[in-house]
Amino acid sequence: MQASSPQPVMVIGAGIAGITAALEAAESGAQVVLVEKDPSIGGRVLRSYHYFPKHCPPSCGMEINTRRLERNPRVRVLVNSQVTKATKTDQGWSVTISEAPLYVNDRCTACGECSKVCPAKVADDFNLGLCEVPAIRLRHPDAWPRRFVLNREACPSGCDACAKACKYGAINLSAKERSETLQVGSIVLATGWKPYPLEKLTELGGGKIPNVISNVHMERLASPTGPTAGKILRPSDSKPPKNVAFVQCAGSRDVKHLPYCSAVCCLASLKQAVYVKEQLPESEVTIYYIDRRTPGRNEDVLTKVAAMDGVKLVKGKVGKIESHDGAIVLRLEDVEAEKIVDATADLVVLATGMVSNLGDMASQIGIQVDADGFGLEDPQAALFVAGVARRPEDVAATTRDATGTAAKALVAAIRSA
Amino acid sequence: MDKIGIFLCSGCEIDSAIKLDGLQAVANENGISTTINPCLCSPEGVAAIRKAVDDGQINGVLIGACSPRAKSDEFRFDPTKVAVERVSLREHVAWSHEPGNENTQALAEDLLRMGIAKIQKMNLAKPAQEAIEDTVLVVGGGLAGLCAAEAASGLGKPVVLVEAKEELGGYLAGVTSLVPEIPPYEKPASNHLSELIAKVTESSKVRVLTSCKIKQISGQPGQFDVEVESAQGAQKFKAGAIVQATGARPYDAHKLPHLGYGKFADVITSHQLEQMLKQGKLLRPSNKQAPKRVLFVQCAGSRDPDHLPYCSSECCATSLKQVSAIHKSNADVECLVVYRDLRAPGQLERFYLGVQEEPGSLFVRGVVDKVENGGGQLKVTVGDSMLGKDSVLTADLVVLAVGMVPNSADGEALRKIADAKVRVEKNESEVQVAEAKKQIEELKRHEGTEILNLVYRQGPDLPALRYDFPDSHYICFPYETRRTGIYSAGAVHAPMDAAQAADDGWGAAMKAVQCIEANKRSEALHPRAGDVSVADFFLQRCTQCKRCTEECPFGSLNEDVKGTPQYNQLRCRRCGICLGACPERIISFPEFSVDAVSSMVKAISVPEDYEEKPRIIAFMCENDAYPALDEAAAKRIQWNPWVRIIPVRCLGAVNIIWVADSLSRGIDGLILLGCKSGDDYQCHYMRGSELAQTRFGNIQETLNRLALEPERIRIVELARNEFERAPQILDEFSQTLQDLGANPLKGF
Repeated sequence: MQASSPQPVMVIGAGIAGITAALEAAESGAQVVLVEKDPSIGGRVLRSYHYFPKHCPPSCGMEINTRRLERNPRVRVLVNSQVTKATKTDQGWSVTISEAPLYVNDRCTACGECSKVCPAKVADDFNLGLCEVPAIRLRHPDAWPRRFVLNREACPSGCDACAKACKYGAINLSAKERSETLQVGSIVLATGWKPYPLEKLTELGGGKIPNVISNVHMERLASPTGPTAGKILRPSDSKPPKNVAFVQCAGSRDVKHLPYCSAVCCLASLKQAVYVKEQLPESEVTIYYIDRRTPGRNEDVLTKVAAMDGVKLVKGKVGKIESHDGAIVLRLEDVEAEKIVDATADLVVLATGMVSNLGDMASQIGIQVDADGFGLEDPQAALFVAGVARRPEDVAATTRDATGTAAKALVAAIRSA
Repeated sequence: MDKIGIFLCSGCEIDSAIKLDGLQAVANENGISTTINPCLCSPEGVAAIRKAVDDGQINGVLIGACSPRAKSDEFRFDPTKVAVERVSLREHVAWSHEPGNENTQALAEDLLRMGIAKIQKMNLAKPAQEAIEDTVLVVGGGLAGLCAAEAASGLGKPVVLVEAKEELGGYLAGVTSLVPEIPPYEKPASNHLSELIAKVTESSKVRVLTSCKIKQISGQPGQFDVEVESAQGAQKFKAGAIVQATGARPYDAHKLPHLGYGKFADVITSHQLEQMLKQGKLLRPSNKQAPKRVLFVQCAGSRDPDHLPYCSSECCATSLKQVSAIHKSNADVECLVVYRDLRAPGQLERFYLGVQEEPGSLFVRGVVDKVENGGGQLKVTVGDSMLGKDSVLTADLVVLAVGMVPNSADGEALRKIADAKVRVEKNESEVQVAEAKKQIEELKRHEGTEILNLVYRQGPDLPALRYDFPDSHYICFPYETRRTGIYSAGAVHAPMDAAQAADDGWGAAMKAVQCIEANKRSEALHPRAGDVSVADFFLQRCTQCKRCTEECPFGSLNEDVKGTPQYNQLRCRRCGICLGACPERIISFPEFSVDAVSSMVKAISVPEDYEEKPRIIAFMCENDAYPALDEAAAKRIQWNPWVRIIPVRCLGAVNIIWVADSLSRGIDGLILLGCKSGDDYQCHYMRGSELAQTRFGNIQETLNRLALEPERIRIVELARNEFERAPQILDEFSQTLQDLGANPLKGF
């Protein structure tokens, strides 16, 4: 760049926000370090089956993004890595990164021989722990960097079957943690979100009734790379549901749980209603909502789904969900009619909200967060926030936000140089 | 290339699936030596290739190993020094076909022949160094434009900010307070627009032109020539990239007669209310008395198929803000908000709660059916509401929360009008003139809407997509408008509130600066970012058929008076759609040309005895279909071994010549797998798969005439995640061809 920044920009978190911010800055000529705690990039979006409003797979855009990352000599991607210390300096920030032991290195060809011989099973973190996988495996088909990962703590004592099976010398079972300190001009926090825990929604049967699941669980059920290979099945008996209820604002807009609106759940449920109807055309779908929040052209999704046969949208806040003789009963406060109504379903999807991951990181770096943990940018300190770490927002808003945040971080890096 | 080295990998099950000496024999037939490595991607394997390149022994590297999508770092070479082609022996052979089978061996040998044929026709990339202008032109001086100017100047670029009105500020200039953006989010925030304007106008890097009209923009990114007329005089300057932040206008409330606008003085729009609030005079227009009860009608025109089918996104929060502003000056005014769904996303929920708690605010869910005279007051009938059917409310002032309409111009529609006018003038036939006049009538609403006045063959402005917003991949890649180097931002981009418009201005500026910087490095922009090669047009053989200039999704090609294409390489995104369109085969890229693919087709060994060995070619989009098939292979899903796969940059880059080449070679069928077309298209070049559908729709008629079954060509849409379907499609097609029997041209 003409006003080039001698110090790189550090982006923390390689979900859609972080990847976008890193690439947009790097394609503009900046040096970028992208730090991700997981062994592969992609964050939450790759766990979704489709994006709204286009009903298209996230891996489509991610394919382009990974190719952009591969081609770009200015981005350094550090996976398995976390910030352990960050200190403000005159020229920006001094950040210490700790990289977890790299048991499987770049020599890995993803051939899969190690997985075949692995005796240990672990919960599949990519699939929200809904199924088991070998302790050494490719995290998911689109994993990038494309190499296997090992949950070392799951290895039986003395077992080195995988290392022996690997013909390419890619496995080092005694790999050590690594640490390095980097000088950067500015920092973008793109640490994303986690789903509000189902277990906290006990009044809605969360964690108690097997056929009460979360919306993120539904994404995995619909996804061909999910635990049921894309089949929407009830957890209790692995049978397809006949009567699916979506409960909006499960936790969100609720002072007992999340006082804010999570901004994406209405569209996520409308989208998931399409998953159900496309796969199970005979099923009945009911969406219980307070307000249907589908801003902009996303209104098209509401229009389309509302017109589908066998889909009902009912205004009413679900206050209680119980299981009676195998049937799930939803107790509905019909605010307008001022009465309580009971409804039934055989699969309930709680549209749980998004919780910012910025929590711990915030105190470590000293960024201000609001009462709910969403970050507030601090240009003076060369600290910026992008994506859901900043505010509840959908992917389309996140990619715009992250591109703009990349520009802000670059301006700050230029200024602090 | 003339000095080729073949490097084969025997790892990852390749050597157990096929006999590599068979591949060596194929290489020998072509006079090329081969090296076999047990793990070609290992540092040792890669070092051997690099040595051969560095020693000058070879200038073309043919790698027979894993998919070109795997180990791309290891096998990346400088494209200006060495050409690289990769044959997918792992995914497309070893992982997806029966080991040791003769069909598997034949497949591997064919793929190698095709690879050899292709690399022989490949050339080195020759990046063209162009002089690139640093200036960013920002069109529109509202919030998004001001933020874009602040961003681009902060990134070190000179900025020319042009505004059609006399003053900067746009919509926010008429606004007293804003929807809150920072904690505790409960009360309206103050408007800091004047500080932003001061910051931008005081910057030595920003030149502001007001009362400005763009006369013309010619050239290409990095080299735009801009001519404007403004309060500061007529000016000509160069720009490297453009941000279009022309904002939105309120929906015309006169189009909503049932809501009484224009009929009753006390029915006003939210914008008129804003003016009153700004002046501190909240009075009923009819009698200049202060209203006691104000009723807000949400979705006035929005979410209505007869008006604006979309939600305008900011009106709910704006009404909340206005209720709060009214109560701030007069807590006794009753404010009723009639809404369908109250849309206060994210932390605006806290704002909603805050306003709900204000005494004198009442929120009523319902749809306003009509507004009538109620004798000194207005009578508002609300149908289907929480109050029951057809309840009547009274108010002193009714505020219509009107939606937003983008200030865009549809470049393609404008061009159609211009073309139709030419046809009327030419007056060649009555039918043609009548049709042209009809078209002009149909597109009338676009007339005179020009904003950028681009000198582009495909029209003077960005093409508008759904609901007139100039946009494209608005989920993953929100700035990829179909005119390279021109990025829309703010309310013209999508319906959005002020906070999002500010972000969007920064984002579009980032892309504008990126465009300039990438051009300085002679690199393509998204999605082939980093690609340094450009297309070559062999114009001596051009027949001026204009297909390339018509079909380029990015408007890269202008035409001279005869219709010869004029390539603007800095507008080009390297998709190859022009290459697919050209019947004369005169367009090529160094690594990808009609000739190279024709040679691949011709390199396939076609057995004359059909009963045993039919042959099928699959052209696959390298962005979605090809990766999906790679994923199937990684899961060891098998597919028919008669299929020979040729990846293409986009399905739109498939040239019909290849079909003729294939069928005359005796290939039994061709299948094209690409991305979804239509409104919710997934094509990264927007129109590629749609164009392929049209072209191949036409070719099937030709096949019928040649007494060839049209079923021999199939085009299928496949999404990136449909890895299970990809092999099934190939198998089904193979079955269809088996049922049809041999290509009758086989053996001729």
